[in-house]
Amino acid sequence: MTRFLIRRLLGAVPLLLGVAILSFIFMQLAPGGPDALFARNARMSQEQLDAIRRNMGLDRPTHEQLFTWLGNLATGDLGISYTQYRPVSAVIWDTVPNTLLLMGTGMLISLVAALTFGILAAQKPYGFFDNVVSFVSYFGLAMPVFWFGLMLQILFAVRLGWLPSAGMYSATGGGIGDLLRHLALPAFTIAIGSIAGWSRYVRSSTIESLGQDYVRTARAKGLAERKMMLGHVLRNALIPFVTVVGIDVPLYLTGAVLTETVFSWPGMGRLFYDALTVRDYPVLMGILMLGAVFIVAGNLIADILYGVFDPRISYG
Amino acid sequence: MSADATIEARTAAPAAEREATEGGATTLAADLTSRPPRSPGQIALARFRRSRLAIIGLVMIVLMTLAAVFADALAPYGENEIDLFSITAPPSAEHWLGTDELGRDELSRLIYGARVSLLVGVGTAAIATVIGIIVGAVSGYYGKWIDSLLMRFVDVILAFPAIFLLLIFFSIQGSSVFTVILFLGLFNWMWLARVIRGEFLSLKRRDFIEAARSIGVPDGRLMWRHLLPNVGAAIIVSATLTIAYAMLAEAALSFLGFGVPAGTPTWGNMLNAARTNYLTVPLLAIAPGLTLTIAVLAINFVGDGLRDALDPRGRS
Repeated sequence: MTRFLIRRLLGAVPLLLGVAILSFIFMQLAPGGPDALFARNARMSQEQLDAIRRNMGLDRPTHEQLFTWLGNLATGDLGISYTQYRPVSAVIWDTVPNTLLLMGTGMLISLVAALTFGILAAQKPYGFFDNVVSFVSYFGLAMPVFWFGLMLQILFAVRLGWLPSAGMYSATGGGIGDLLRHLALPAFTIAIGSIAGWSRYVRSSTIESLGQDYVRTARAKGLAERKMMLGHVLRNALIPFVTVVGIDVPLYLTGAVLTETVFSWPGMGRLFYDALTVRDYPVLMGILMLGAVFIVAGNLIADILYGVFDPRISYG
Repeated sequence: MSADATIEARTAAPAAEREATEGGATTLAADLTSRPPRSPGQIALARFRRSRLAIIGLVMIVLMTLAAVFADALAPYGENEIDLFSITAPPSAEHWLGTDELGRDELSRLIYGARVSLLVGVGTAAIATVIGIIVGAVSGYYGKWIDSLLMRFVDVILAFPAIFLLLIFFSIQGSSVFTVILFLGLFNWMWLARVIRGEFLSLKRRDFIEAARSIGVPDGRLMWRHLLPNVGAAIIVSATLTIAYAMLAEAALSFLGFGVPAGTPTWGNMLNAARTNYLTVPLLAIAPGLTLTIAVLAINFVGDGLRDALDPRGRS
């Protein structure tokens, strides 16, 4: 197990290195580049621009810039934010807990909903409940996330006035209850796509498990249906599900940018959007790399959990 | 040329024989009911036609495509025609869905918006499919180090938070319909490549490929004529789902203001414009989002219908 962990962790290094190098190449293709913010400022003289470029190391050969970029990344140095004049790592770090809270709550909602809907729908394939769930799932998968967020805002915040439409805390302050009220709409928004996708997944894998021999055996020996569902069917149906959750991390990252923008949630996604509008290049690149770390970590955790849930997997 | 044709006929023979034995049950059933035997294509068509949702989806797509093509004749107003006497007007006899903040007819812009959305969907799917086929085919057919190299490359691209990179690129470089299509295509070929690679890896060891190779069919022809038709179903289904995905991605990019340039009517741009007034004029946000949802829903219906229809193991 330890050896497996170390090997997988080491495997993540070239992956992230690849992402870093490719991002660098990609950005070289974009004329304008890191100094776009300054170059487009009409009041900037050529001398000032040259000084900034020299300061940022943009006058040096490309390969030298690449190695500097990689070296700084390795030490966690992401540069200084153009607009906040603080280290990028500090700027991003302030927002990460908020995003993790949003994504985590979203995933939790999605897990509970998907398990409930998926298992209930599988009890009677093509029955009434199953049809309702699959119809709603189709909608959930087809809807643009941000649009769903706008609709929730219009309905629950403006028309009904039940929940706050944006932000994380009320201006007057408030405790955990206030936070949860602010969290409800964005968390449900970010979850909607995966609720739909995961429900369908749980449904089909539960139906598949129900057809297995060990289920027939369990039924034959007179095991209670409930016990059989939990102990035999679910346990086996959920093993591959872990991987599905891990694979959906990119979906949640994209969802975070859109959801946080719609709901003014002070997280990484909102920071990214704000940085886009002012072209704060170091912050943008920092979030891009952190996003890659999230995705790789998601896959890694899924791999490890897969082994925890399925004792047949051996870590050679 | 004639020698080539003979080779073709000879190498095709084992494949045809295999199909004859595999489709044996179907043929027998057809004989018993004294109907002429059906080709796999006919069977698939018959299955597709039995799926009510797929037919509904197809009809909606055809209608939407017609609306996009004949937008000039169909739309009551021009895409940028401004009616200064009705700014954010509610629905009326003149403007069925009301007007936006500049006094442009909402319905007309929805119809024109279908053009860009469909173009982005189809264009992205075309690029992604071509890259996916080439990478998957080369990787699966040649194996060895080429395969390892390409598959590591796929891993890296999959670890990319692609939307982040596109947003950064477009915010610095600016964007056009063409670049949106190009870059969405460049980041959505990986799953297809993996599927094709896997299929090629197992298919290339089958007898009919061995036979073709033994009589000197060149690699390119072998892949194109003998291997590729076997993964046709996967390609069609993946292309369909990519169209839906790309339409959603375009809307997300445009909604954030870094997709298709603002003047062009697209559903994403209309949602972006609605961000300033959707709480007071909800219809301006509801209409384009609902249209997009229905379009994506229709494409997903067709995609699922195709998957079931083209699956040789499915019920006929």
